Amino acid sequence: MEFNLFSKLKKGLSKTRNLLTTDISELFSKDKEIDYNLLEELEELLITSDLGVENSMNIMEALSKAAKKLNTADELKLVLKQELLKLFPPEKLDQETKSKPHVVMVVGVNGTGKTTTLGKIAMKHTLLGEKVLIGAADTFRAAAIEQLKIWSDRASASFVKHKEGADPAAVAFDAVEAATARGIDLVLIDTAGRLHTQKNLMEELKKIKRSMDKCLKGAPHEILMVLDATTGQNALSQAELFHEAVHLTSIAITKLDGTAKGGIVGAVASKLDIPVKYIGVGESIEDLQTFEAKRFIDALLD
Amino acid sequence: MFDNLSDKLDSVFKKFRGRGTLNEKNIEDGLKQVRLALLEADVNYRVVKNVISGIKERALGTEVMKSLTPGQQVIKIVNDEFTRMMGSTHQDLDLSGKAPVPMMLVGLQGSGKTTTAGKLAFYLSKKGRKPFLVPVDVYRPAAIEQLKKIGKQLGYPVFDSDPDMKPLKICQAARIEAVKQGYDTMLIDTAGRLHQDEELMVELELLKKGMNPSEILLVADAMTGQDAVNIASSFDERLDLSGVILSKMDGDARGGAALSINAVIGKPLKFIGVGEKPKALEAFHPDRMASRILGMGDTLSFIEKAQEAVDQKEAAKLEKKLKKNRFTLEDFRNQMQSVRKMGSIQDIIGMIPGINKKQLKGINVDDKELGRIEAIINSMTPQERKKHLIIKASRKKRIAKGSGVTVQDVNKLLKSYSQTMKMIKKFNKGGMRSLQNMLPF
Repeated sequence: MEFNLFSKLKKGLSKTRNLLTTDISELFSKDKEIDYNLLEELEELLITSDLGVENSMNIMEALSKAAKKLNTADELKLVLKQELLKLFPPEKLDQETKSKPHVVMVVGVNGTGKTTTLGKIAMKHTLLGEKVLIGAADTFRAAAIEQLKIWSDRASASFVKHKEGADPAAVAFDAVEAATARGIDLVLIDTAGRLHTQKNLMEELKKIKRSMDKCLKGAPHEILMVLDATTGQNALSQAELFHEAVHLTSIAITKLDGTAKGGIVGAVASKLDIPVKYIGVGESIEDLQTFEAKRFIDALLD
Repeated sequence: MFDNLSDKLDSVFKKFRGRGTLNEKNIEDGLKQVRLALLEADVNYRVVKNVISGIKERALGTEVMKSLTPGQQVIKIVNDEFTRMMGSTHQDLDLSGKAPVPMMLVGLQGSGKTTTAGKLAFYLSKKGRKPFLVPVDVYRPAAIEQLKKIGKQLGYPVFDSDPDMKPLKICQAARIEAVKQGYDTMLIDTAGRLHQDEELMVELELLKKGMNPSEILLVADAMTGQDAVNIASSFDERLDLSGVILSKMDGDARGGAALSINAVIGKPLKFIGVGEKPKALEAFHPDRMASRILGMGDTLSFIEKAQEAVDQKEAAKLEKKLKKNRFTLEDFRNQMQSVRKMGSIQDIIGMIPGINKKQLKGINVDDKELGRIEAIINSMTPQERKKHLIIKASRKKRIAKGSGVTVQDVNKLLKSYSQTMKMIKKFNKGGMRSLQNMLPF
């Protein structure tokens, strides 16, 4: 199983890898003194992977310092891996004292893949034999409810919805209430995509959160933000403002199967100290994987 | 949009402006800052390199050194280079060709194709075209349903696509329907796909071959990072794009994609999406956008928007009233309504030159506030609107009740109205000079 997942991950990241590794092995194998050109190429590599200017510069500093004492490419790669690993907060022990039902609210800007990610999480958990309920609190986007319903049917989860245009907080409340009554294990609340700069919509998000707490003390237990791997430095601003509004507990990165290198994952994780929980590397259910920083970096560079 | 980049550039330019003379070192230091600002704004690494070396070459040349205001000259060069990077001039949609003219929207998942399709339909119908929305995303659950709903909301026809059919078959059937119904422009909303998904890219090539569209527009998310140019070039290589639409420009996107895509693939940015509403699609003008990025305002777009919103006859009437100091609360309300037609206040302010973005930071102009003011005026009697001085305590109470606000709110409005009146009077007396004395900048 472990091996299988790893190869899936590697395959999913193959486009990302192709760009990264060819460059990297070429760069490090050159067996030459650290000169201006080499440094510039390394800098380009880090910046084009969306790590951000500050992170890239810090890593560059560490790399050029280390390079003075090293001889082989492998050794320098090791330093790079260590530096990248430092970006991610140390993995916390799974402290999910699972309440029943366990309520997860999914948030993010428009088009990052909230609904699809939520659908996949639902399927994973029903396959584990858990009872899952999905609440359709995206009452704004045209046909969002229909889209989610299809996922809910695929996952054979229970489904709570109101009409399009209804109050999303009311939907969330009803979903949690129904879940408590029906002995559900996991509740997934989908919310409408919203730009983090829209004050009113962020207020609405807070209200949705509050309404769940009114129904079940402590709910939602998890707030998962879905980020698109192709996003640039704006992801930082997105995560910051969502965090400020509803206090995020975890992050999912989608669309890593493209050519985007998803360096923004590291930038966000290091800046806000929020763990990355899932990564999406393809369309199928298995392509939504649990994130482990070391495995992720190894898959990218080995 | 672009606020972050504008701020950074502004602080660099301040240093330029402050100097009587510039030497090579000043310029290089400044350009280093510009480079970092661009990279932080997600402008592609290679593009940054090119544009910086272009600016440097010109800045170190005689046109700057000989200038009396070298700082201004450098800023002008940056402005020129930015404009060029974004494609120089605005290019509109190509609507020539035999009706129904097919247009294709392509892009990654979640870039905003379907929403953009609705906005384009709105744009086209304002130009007198008869748009026909054709959903061919047969993969994503409820995607066809989404476009149908958008069409219904806006009142545009949507082809009843069958998700079991191949996209090309759907388009061919839609074309027959369009001819029958007299629709002259087909907006084909394709499924989102990763640019390296071979199977789906072949599908797009087949669609192109079968439909021969006059426009193939890539819809790209303005918040995209360094990968934006890879995405755009792959779509362009396969489909020879006719242009690009950048969506979600209304957030705090730093706009790196806007600055990079044209520089790499040489295809024009035609529109930008600036909100959820159907009218939130703006024609893209590289020169104006460059000025906006450099904090020089975008007067032309401002005037255009105003012209769209303001009725010319009304304006002439108003001018007369203003000259006679007869600007009533009713006129005040009408003015506000035309301003609101122009878009969100934040948006409009961003276009005014000379307004310092930093001063505006943290000030959130609430569009709802305008609605409240309107409600207050609506709750007055016609007489009260003409003679605001008759509004005393008990009238105020009634007005507050009628519009659901407090008496303080009514007071606030009356106060700012009298201030405006004072300003108008002064203006009429002393002309422009006295007005300038009153303004803080």
